[in-house]
Amino acid sequence: MKVLVPVKRVIDYNVKVRVKPDQTGVDLANVKMSMNPFDEIAVEEAVRLKEKGVATEVVVVSIGVQQCQETIRTALAIGADRGILILTDVDADPLAVAKLLKAVIAEESPNLVIMGKQSIDGDNNAVGQMLAALLDWPQATFASKLEVTGDKASVTREIDGGLQTLEVALPAIVTADLRLNEPRYASLPNIMKAKKKEIASKTPADYGVDLASALKVLKVTEPPKRGGGIKVDSAAALVAKLKEVGAL
Amino acid sequence: MADLVIADHNNTALGDGTAKTVAAAQKLSSDIDILVAGENAGAVAEAAAKLEGVRKVLLAESPALGHLLAEAITDCVVALAPGYDAILIPATSAGKNYAPRIAAKLDVNQITDIIDVVSNDTFVRPIYAGNALETVQSSDAKKVITVRPTAFKPVGEGGSATVEKIAAGAADAHEAKWVSDEVVKSDRPELAGAKIVVSGGRALGSAEEFHKVIEPLADKLGAAVGASRAAVDAGYAPNDYQVGQTGKVVAPGLYIAVGISGAIQHLAGMKDSKVIVAINKDPDAPIFQVADFGLVGDYKTLVPDLMAALG
Repeated sequence: MKVLVPVKRVIDYNVKVRVKPDQTGVDLANVKMSMNPFDEIAVEEAVRLKEKGVATEVVVVSIGVQQCQETIRTALAIGADRGILILTDVDADPLAVAKLLKAVIAEESPNLVIMGKQSIDGDNNAVGQMLAALLDWPQATFASKLEVTGDKASVTREIDGGLQTLEVALPAIVTADLRLNEPRYASLPNIMKAKKKEIASKTPADYGVDLASALKVLKVTEPPKRGGGIKVDSAAALVAKLKEVGAL
Repeated sequence: MADLVIADHNNTALGDGTAKTVAAAQKLSSDIDILVAGENAGAVAEAAAKLEGVRKVLLAESPALGHLLAEAITDCVVALAPGYDAILIPATSAGKNYAPRIAAKLDVNQITDIIDVVSNDTFVRPIYAGNALETVQSSDAKKVITVRPTAFKPVGEGGSATVEKIAAGAADAHEAKWVSDEVVKSDRPELAGAKIVVSGGRALGSAEEFHKVIEPLADKLGAAVGASRAAVDAGYAPNDYQVGQTGKVVAPGLYIAVGISGAIQHLAGMKDSKVIVAINKDPDAPIFQVADFGLVGDYKTLVPDLMAALG
């Protein structure tokens, strides 16, 4: 069974995001970039399926600038087998990404796609569901548990107020939530091995997909700043203040 | 033309995300219909019909819709889509699951998690977990929009729309089958929608201490319990308690952070709370920069003091 894992290069989750003064976006210059945390969980899950003997090959794909190669290498160091880099300077929207991934799937024919539930930059939480729609595959989003048996997957999902378990026929799309697993740290030998693994270089044109978007970003601004707070000197004073502002 | 709002519900009660999404829809059109897709959801449809400014309520029922399966809801909505300019969906877990599937089936992008309507085609939405706001214009003829409920005031009741039953679409045509739901039975409110949240951080030092300190305070206030990623990573609290960029984004009326230093990724998940209280022994902790009220000192004495002061 082949598993495809799409991964995205994003600003590291520990970096404070700065909006550019000209309001055209956020400043990416000299900022630490990492694999989207939810994608890392997806890679880990795919590699665990391989270690259990359920999956035979784990292929990772990333769309973006040349440096996405580093993101793919990170996935290869966790244990994925090979990578595909689709080179573009365009910040593709979720529908365009889903269309590109659909074209990759037509070539690769995976039985299962595991991907992060959302990227922590655009926060759209959309590509997995869109990809499932375009392929007419079943979807199991926000997964906290995944078990594959034969041509079916049992997926436990995070829903409002609890959990839901679905059984989906493969091929299917599963999107990873936080509780699915805790990704490992890649060992040095595996990082070295990853350097020798194959990464194919492609362009959106190779897949016949146009990245022009119907969504135009007019501006990016700072959220309203919180006013400065005060320090109180006792718990009793705190309760009095909270009552005063109507918070209690 | 008209807008369609998809109701947020659990088959027995209408979620408050619906009235808030109707409020957002009213900024686009005065003709608003609500779709209730569920099973034995007649009471939900009746409640939706009472919302102000609603033209009619469409009720579609089947077992798959009752379990809110994305494939079934998408079929149902795509069949209705030709009659509407915009489809608005509350950005709850259920809405986030099916909305992008609907958008892709209609070959349009989703406009995600809007917090403001600038005009018929222009919207404001948070990116980077709310650390930046993006103003985005869509040239798609039909718009599929998810709405962040906390950003809109709900419309009132007093309407009297008609309820019309519609076909639910093909049954069991899909390869996703519902197996079970396990809804957590807790007396505490749910983290994402709670009015008060009490969160604990790594300073608590152990899972036992987390239970002993954070939970009684939360219960005294009728609050939900949250945790920082550091506390979750250290095993003091389960992962679904995590508030932050990689966990849940919350915006309660009151957020109390105990022993949380205020890492960027945590602040991203709670800084839109109305009132923030920080209890921390380090007066220079970054959490104090966003806190309305700070209490500097050891939580071991301050939390019991606070419990006593609450009476």
